[in-house]
Amino acid sequence: MAEIIEGSGSGKKQGGRRVPKKMGAHIDMTPMVDLMCLLITFFMLTTAFSKPKVMEITMPEKTDKEDITEQPKVAADRTYSILLSGDDKVYWYWHKDVPEGQAVPATLNKTDFSKDGLRKILLRKNEKVFTEIYELKEKVKKGELVMINDSLNAQIKRIKKSDKKAPIILIKADEKTKYKSIVSVVDEMAICNIANYAIVDITPEEVALIEKAPK
Amino acid sequence: MAKIKLKRAQPHVDMTPMVDLFSLLLTFFMLTASFRPQEAKVIDSPASVSDKTTPDKDVISVLVSKDDKVFFNMDNGKDTSAHFRNQLITKISDIYRLSLNEKEIKAFGQGSSFGMPLKNLKAYLNEEDAGKKEAMQVGIPMDTVGTQYPELEIWVAYARELNPTAEVAINGDAEANYKTVKKVMDVMQSKNVNKFNLVTNLQKEEATLDDLK
Repeated sequence: MAEIIEGSGSGKKQGGRRVPKKMGAHIDMTPMVDLMCLLITFFMLTTAFSKPKVMEITMPEKTDKEDITEQPKVAADRTYSILLSGDDKVYWYWHKDVPEGQAVPATLNKTDFSKDGLRKILLRKNEKVFTEIYELKEKVKKGELVMINDSLNAQIKRIKKSDKKAPIILIKADEKTKYKSIVSVVDEMAICNIANYAIVDITPEEVALIEKAPK
Repeated sequence: MAKIKLKRAQPHVDMTPMVDLFSLLLTFFMLTASFRPQEAKVIDSPASVSDKTTPDKDVISVLVSKDDKVFFNMDNGKDTSAHFRNQLITKISDIYRLSLNEKEIKAFGQGSSFGMPLKNLKAYLNEEDAGKKEAMQVGIPMDTVGTQYPELEIWVAYARELNPTAEVAINGDAEANYKTVKKVMDVMQSKNVNKFNLVTNLQKEEATLDDLK
């Protein structure tokens, strides 16, 4: 400060003395900018923006060895088995189609993971529940019905439980199945609002059936 | 003839706005950064519609890579002073006589997912070279050798004992074999874990009434 006052005040009065040229405070910012660029790049690359999501799944509890023959009884007319194999192959059968006294039906129905494949089949089986939930969600979306998320979820759960004829899906996968297929099928259950499904062990009869099934 | 001197203008670009912006961005990234932990293998998760986020603390996670190798990971818990990882390795070191020293225990405590037979763990923790370290990640043995349990069972058992509230996440590669994932689930179920969180990528998909037709 003292120097500045000296420069402007006493500089002119002394005539011959040259007024020192005032320098603009120019700081070279290049290194700083360089460093900042680097840091930004670093942070941008290491930041995990989208946190991975998880899909919850509950497996049927393992029973003790002596109970293993005691399979839970389910109504055959609402039970469907989905069989998975390698190369994204999907087969399914209705438990009512299983002849009396036999473990498996004569043939399997083939389908795929497309919209018109497995999804359509599942949606048709679960039509009542799906339509109800869909209409409820539409109403909320359009604002005709004001509902907080929690009560909406509770309502959906109630609808899922209400249908006593809703399908029960058993998901079975053989040795060649990729993990992706299992996730897709379980995902399909979520899309189609199917409440009752379980991943269970495949039986040797079913493996044999897959072998025989049309490729 | 006098040369006409062209006055060369110094190209002075005013960098202030740029620097301002950079500072802002930098602050933003620094504050929002949640670092991606270094995983043992790159996992390409399958897609699903689920939008539940992964819990970030109190998770026991098992990675299943594309080539069906299994890796284990556990975090230090919500209360970071608990140091679950250090406790876990101390316990396992005692029981399986790995004779790990302080430094190795500390190295394990700060690490993330790993997968190698127990007998190689000491060498792995002492290895400095990143490349060699990666080569040592051969996966946790999943087979039952004689009367021995699969080693994953050991890790899961002690991890559950230390942190009983921890959730179990399975982070499988889309191309992994279900057989391996099933084996992992069986090990978990033998330890009374029946609820799994399968790590997936969000992919919005919705069925409409038109799909019914």
